[in-house]
Amino acid sequence: MAEYLSQYIPYWIAYALIGLIQAGLLLALMLVTVAVFTWVERKVSARIQDRLGPTRRGGRFGWLQPPADGIKLLLKEDLVPKNADAFFFRIAPYICFCTTLCVFMAIPFADGWVAERLNTGIFFVLAIAGLGVFGVVMAGYSSGSKWSLFGAMREATQVISYEVPMAMALVVPVMVAGTMDLVTIGNMQAGWFTNWFIFHDPFTFIVFWVYFTCAVASTNRAPFDLPEAESELVAGFMTEYSGFRWAIFFMAEYGSMLVVSCLAVILFFGAWNGPIPVTQFLGLTNDLHPIAGFAANLLGLANCLIKACICMTVIVWVRWSLPRLRIDQVMATCWKYCVPLAAAMLLGAMLWSYAFPAGLLFRNQAFGYASEKSDVMSDIKNGKVARAEKGGRQTWK
Amino acid sequence: MAIEKIGRNPVEQDVYTDEMLLNMGPQHPSTHGVLRLLLRTDGEIVLEATPHIGYLHRCAEKIGEKVTARQFIPYTDRLDYLASMNMNLGWALAVEKLLGLEVSKKTQHLRVIMCELNRIASHLVAACTYGLDLGSFTPFVWAFREREKIVNLFESVCGARLTYSYLTVGGVTADLPNGWLGECEGFLDQFNRSVDELHALLTSNAIFIRRTAGIGVLSPEMAIAYGCTGPVLRGSGVDWDLRRDGDPWYTQMYDGYEFDIIAETNGRYPNYQDYPPIPSVAVLGDCWHRFYVRMLEVMQSIRIIRQAMDRYSSADGEVGGPVKIKEKLAKGQVYLETEAPKGQMGFMVVGNGTAIPWRTRIRSSSFCNLSVTSELCRGCLIGDMPAVVGSLDIVLGEIDR
Repeated sequence: MAEYLSQYIPYWIAYALIGLIQAGLLLALMLVTVAVFTWVERKVSARIQDRLGPTRRGGRFGWLQPPADGIKLLLKEDLVPKNADAFFFRIAPYICFCTTLCVFMAIPFADGWVAERLNTGIFFVLAIAGLGVFGVVMAGYSSGSKWSLFGAMREATQVISYEVPMAMALVVPVMVAGTMDLVTIGNMQAGWFTNWFIFHDPFTFIVFWVYFTCAVASTNRAPFDLPEAESELVAGFMTEYSGFRWAIFFMAEYGSMLVVSCLAVILFFGAWNGPIPVTQFLGLTNDLHPIAGFAANLLGLANCLIKACICMTVIVWVRWSLPRLRIDQVMATCWKYCVPLAAAMLLGAMLWSYAFPAGLLFRNQAFGYASEKSDVMSDIKNGKVARAEKGGRQTWK
Repeated sequence: MAIEKIGRNPVEQDVYTDEMLLNMGPQHPSTHGVLRLLLRTDGEIVLEATPHIGYLHRCAEKIGEKVTARQFIPYTDRLDYLASMNMNLGWALAVEKLLGLEVSKKTQHLRVIMCELNRIASHLVAACTYGLDLGSFTPFVWAFREREKIVNLFESVCGARLTYSYLTVGGVTADLPNGWLGECEGFLDQFNRSVDELHALLTSNAIFIRRTAGIGVLSPEMAIAYGCTGPVLRGSGVDWDLRRDGDPWYTQMYDGYEFDIIAETNGRYPNYQDYPPIPSVAVLGDCWHRFYVRMLEVMQSIRIIRQAMDRYSSADGEVGGPVKIKEKLAKGQVYLETEAPKGQMGFMVVGNGTAIPWRTRIRSSSFCNLSVTSELCRGCLIGDMPAVVGSLDIVLGEIDR
């Protein structure tokens, strides 16, 4: 798109414009999903608890509750406690929020529909998501309250501990795919739902549950929400935050829930490929007409988002069903259960791929990239690797 | 490396770390009222927990010296406000013993119905705010749904939903309305299913067990030494319940009723096969057992209520009304303890021939139960504090009076 425009306007304006549009789209996607999910959480939790949830803002279903909450929070008093370190207190929420938002740059929602197609997509996602802990520790330390400090320390320990089994669990589908590029991983799961990586071998199936546990833990959702434990630390590291600063933390938490859900969907549940390959049946590909390709991608986007929303709803469901684990139990779960299990599954998946390189039962020769494995040498030969062109721009064919 | 074992957690002694003085409360979501717990901690491990009370002191005992015995009933409501009927009963029985006033059998059966219903309501709050402290939000709402039905029953009887002032000196303020017994039976019929749901969400939940089993173990000797009563005492295995072992003036109310005292004898609870099994990690006297005792007591209360309703319907005579407001109290002193949901509540009246008592004294069950906190909390983690304090089921209205 940017190269197309750069025929008419200077290339740097084209790139800036396209960048802004993509950033705007990503921001819109994330923020709208987050807002909708605050509503979903309240409704789902209410129904689980045998009550109704918001029913006044916006008719019978209260769907205008999120904007109403947002406006209320904006109008609250901007409070910085006297004992707080003002600079860090102010900047901490934005660090949490921006790191979560930056992760969306590398996450594809349909074939080729990604802000920046990185061939180290997973690596980028994990690295940037891990920066969020800085914001949390800063928030807790600078609040000037012992309870906030406690919450921050617990949070820091928890998040960085759970990054280890999460990364190990994510290595399994990466290994099955042979690439870290999220778009390629998505394309490899085209076809029937049996092509999804979660059904590739039993080890990947089990490692999905390990990943799910670690994802819930790293986003501080119950049963691992000790840093925000209401009954113990009021709100942990967020205790001294009120008004819109708190809303930023809140959005960061839901944003990271969306991130881990999208990762789960892309790596395990076929990304934008539905259980039934409808687009192939209808023949909607780019060969037919660009509009058909666009329509196929739109369906893929819807598919991806619906699956991510289902994953997020399960996370919400789990939160309202289970009690909270104590911090030492959280650590024990990580180091004594998740890490060995993830390592064992990694070993098992490795051996499986060695024993059955073309898959065992479920890999059918469907359409598209069903059994294509990314191979750098063949990519180079086929001209799929980026070449340095004049001006150093990358192009993907 | 010098490692000293405090409680269950080894503490490294040669790395010098400052001890932290943490204040939990008085405003705190999980300290069941305005309780201030001063914690001296070494990191996450609590070295000492000192409860500071008095934030809810309302001079109840002094007020007892200014109003007549019947006028004091609303003040007893506000002691353990979650079990007002039991508080009313304790005071009413004490004054009736001083006056030598025996109420009719029908009144006694009615009193049993009310007290046991309130026991169910109080235990529902206790069990599910306990779950709330530990992070389990849903059973709280479900239990309050059931409690709503009980409170509606009480509302149709006396008009109040929390502080009833219903059981008074001489009987009750008014007899049951028509159809009340049928509604009560309807409630009891559907209540078993709710209790099963609560068992599934809490008692048998692996995370709940991990948070409560083996935590805050109270030995029977320590429980007796500190004066703990009620589910706290029975959760440590001591078979003692005032409804069976108490003052005859009180136990005559429960004469002839068939119910089990929920205390573990020979490793088993009565009718253990009907309830979720005891997990292997649970130790007698820990938080899980105290919680389990409350859940089982609810089932026993249902049994008692059904029997009481039958006896009430078949009893002759009238339900006693309240005595005259300015009824003169005999000279003398009476101290009577009753089995309230949270433990043994004692009421002492000293009469001097006038209508107004010379002295009233309230022995609070939660006060003695709370006193064991500092012993139980030594060596546990901060995350265990809500677990321990919640399992003691304290209510500050009673402690501070």
